[in-house]
Amino acid sequence: MREFPVATSPHLPPRASVPALMYRVLAALAPGAALATWQFGWGVPLQLALACLLAVAAEAAMLALRRRPVGRALADGSVLVTAALLALALPPYAPWWLTAVAVLAAVVLAKHLYGGLGYNPFNPAMVGYVVVLVAFPRELGHWPAPAALAAGPDLATALSVVFGGSPLPDALTAATPLDHVRTGLSMNRTLAELRADPVMGRIAGTGWEWVALGYLAGGLWLVWKRVADWRIPLGFAAGLALPALLAWGVDPDAYPSPLFHLLSGGAMLGAFFIATDPVTASTTPRGRLLFGAGAGLVTFLVRGFGGYPDGVAFGVLLMNMAAPTLDQLTRPRVFGERR
Amino acid sequence: MSARIHPFHGGLVLDGRKALSTRTPPAPVPLPERLVVPLHQHIGAAAEPVVEPGQRVLKGEPIARAAGYVSAAVHAPASGTVVAVEAHPVPHPSGLSAPCVVIEPDGEERWHEGCRGTADWQALAPEALRARVRAAGIVGMGGAGFPTHVKLNPGPGRAIHTLVVNGAECEPYITCDDMLMRTRPQAVLEGARIMQRILGARRVLVGIEEDKPEALAALREAAGGAPDLEVRAVPVRYPSGGERQLIHLLTGLEVPSEGLPADIGVVCQNVGTAAAVRDAVVEGKPLVSRIVTVTGGGVAGPRNLEVPVGTPFSHVIAHAGGYTDEAARLIVGGPMMGFAVRSDAVPVTKTVNCLLVAAREEVEPARDPRPCVRCGACAEVCPARLLPQQLYWYARAKDFDRVQDYKLFDCIECGCCALVCPSQLPLVDYYRYAKSEIWALERERERAERARRRHEAHVARLERERAEREARSRARRRRATDREARQAAVAEALERARARRTVQAEGGHAEGDGAEDA
Ligand code: SF4
Ligand code: SF4
Repeated sequence: MREFPVATSPHLPPRASVPALMYRVLAALAPGAALATWQFGWGVPLQLALACLLAVAAEAAMLALRRRPVGRALADGSVLVTAALLALALPPYAPWWLTAVAVLAAVVLAKHLYGGLGYNPFNPAMVGYVVVLVAFPRELGHWPAPAALAAGPDLATALSVVFGGSPLPDALTAATPLDHVRTGLSMNRTLAELRADPVMGRIAGTGWEWVALGYLAGGLWLVWKRVADWRIPLGFAAGLALPALLAWGVDPDAYPSPLFHLLSGGAMLGAFFIATDPVTASTTPRGRLLFGAGAGLVTFLVRGFGGYPDGVAFGVLLMNMAAPTLDQLTRPRVFGERR
Repeated sequence: MSARIHPFHGGLVLDGRKALSTRTPPAPVPLPERLVVPLHQHIGAAAEPVVEPGQRVLKGEPIARAAGYVSAAVHAPASGTVVAVEAHPVPHPSGLSAPCVVIEPDGEERWHEGCRGTADWQALAPEALRARVRAAGIVGMGGAGFPTHVKLNPGPGRAIHTLVVNGAECEPYITCDDMLMRTRPQAVLEGARIMQRILGARRVLVGIEEDKPEALAALREAAGGAPDLEVRAVPVRYPSGGERQLIHLLTGLEVPSEGLPADIGVVCQNVGTAAAVRDAVVEGKPLVSRIVTVTGGGVAGPRNLEVPVGTPFSHVIAHAGGYTDEAARLIVGGPMMGFAVRSDAVPVTKTVNCLLVAAREEVEPARDPRPCVRCGACAEVCPARLLPQQLYWYARAKDFDRVQDYKLFDCIECGCCALVCPSQLPLVDYYRYAKSEIWALERERERAERARRRHEAHVARLERERAEREARSRARRRRATDREARQAAVAEALERARARRTVQAEGGHAEGDGAEDA
């Protein structure tokens, strides 16, 4: 007779893990982050490093306070994804304390006070972003002019701007394309005139459009690897581009093109990396399409008619709120259930 | 034959590892020193032993009779002497012991004279054929073990048009059905024809996963192009061998949620069951042995063996070359739905299709659970199109109403969700737990309901007795005051006697209720 330890079925080893998912998301962010560094300079890696360090420290502290195994939960990598998304969403030369406030709001408030990974109803990165957006709108508007790694502030300047409190030299700042369109339209200029301005680039802003393409590439890879459900970015793109197409068709001088919408601001980052956060999105197939579409639509509305230049964060947070209801309303038909 | 295949939602492509055990045809294992034959090898009531220690039995002789309709008889797997009728460890996830008949084979292998078959079964009525299936103790051999005669009797309200014969064998490692189909295709088809006759089904559809070209060819050749019997290849996608999934693949019909295949005019039987039906009817042999796949990195010589029911696992494994140093887990069935057992000192039963001795690397790393991240991967692969994460959530919260709302009982426990879950949650454990809790609650409710009915009967009886006493005293008063009422009093006495008889009858009934509960 021989004895064996027992276990429950299925006996095959698991095929996936949360850390593997999270590290894939981080890898997929790499092209966009690299292009952002190329366009906006040292500020981007500085913010990434700063946000990651702060986030890991905050998460470790919260885990210790909540008496959870610190190393194991940290190893899931989710806090690095939150930190990276925040760092890429914030202006690259934002002062360190602004990043700190955003990171703390994301990790402490939005994640751990709700019970940690898996239990948070709101996307932590977007909570952090909106907290600083509402509290410090002026700082959030300070973006550098693109193509800055070569021509922009060197590392020392970047360090002194982020950590030393010195301002970014005026010559190196520029309005973002979304801001530019917004203020331009409010001054009764037409889009045809605005498009001739150098910040507007070919489609969606010099530099910005490249970064957006980087996120698009990484995002498509995530979808291909089935880390992100294609329904969310597709829904997002449709929710943003269809109303934009309608408005643009009616008055192309007053409303930017759908392509401009898709490639400017946080649209690509939001569609592929933020709205696709599974914890806070809808979980059903149809629910995810609607979730993405809602977030895209809110983005369009905020950009066109709201008080902020971009609306991705609001779109995602609003749809986070709607996700449980969406899940309820879009339950798939169970096999054998009457049609 | 190019009939359309209707894919089901979800499922997984798994590494089959079937070639491990298909190199040689199934060989018989020599008889062990002792056969330990459990009385409960099927779904339903355990069989009742009809032999005593010391009694000599012949091969195929009934040693236990079915206890009721949903039950199955058990027969001696070899001629020999009954040495005990007692509890022994049986293959069960909880490692429990259950009553078994222990037989010491005499090695003569003499068949019981009751075992007589007929090649001319076409001449027998469906009822007579079904009675033979029942007498042979045949149960579903794909693993579930539901008594076959019950499944072959869907009731007058449900006309069966299609018999689906399940040769999909979608679980990795298991090859006993494959080897059966390769070596005895005629037996499988003849069994299918017998069942078709019993059911009055218009057509027979045999479904086989397309990674078994030899079995497909063998059955197709045996079928010989009969118009009402089709052998179809289905794509390799676990769990294509799930009853509901295979029926959908072959017919496009969905078995209703919480319903049975018979509700849509279909009955599904495993190929092993078909061959057993044929052996019972044509050769008169009851179900006393079966093909078992012994495989995995933990055995030295993986293969299929023809094993008498009651043979200890250890004996079977020894005849597959014994354990290797890698042996880490002993699994009954496949790696997706099988259950692990603690000890190899348990017997093969009618439903044991595979002994998988898994090597460490085949089952490791173990699950390392984290909180659910709501990724939806589980829902994507669920063949029942459930929302496994919601089931998990409500099962964990013990919200048994909601978990049933989300159709817990349509979960076939295939394990796909748990395999792909990045949080590595033991999802199926939660579903099994919730199901057993709900069953326990239901039993509790039924008990309470019976107690309530008993109490009401008791109160009614007291009430009747009181009324009776009052009537009697009224009658006495009347008798004293009214001589003319005497005749009436006589009539009333007669009435009373009749009433007492009724009360007794009902009182007795109420007590009978109580006895049933005890
Ligand atoms: S696969 Fe696991 S982590 Fe993902 S939703 Fe399902 S239960 Fe949750
Ligand atoms: S075990 Fe149940 S819930 Fe999980 S995939 Fe299979 S049928 Fe669906």
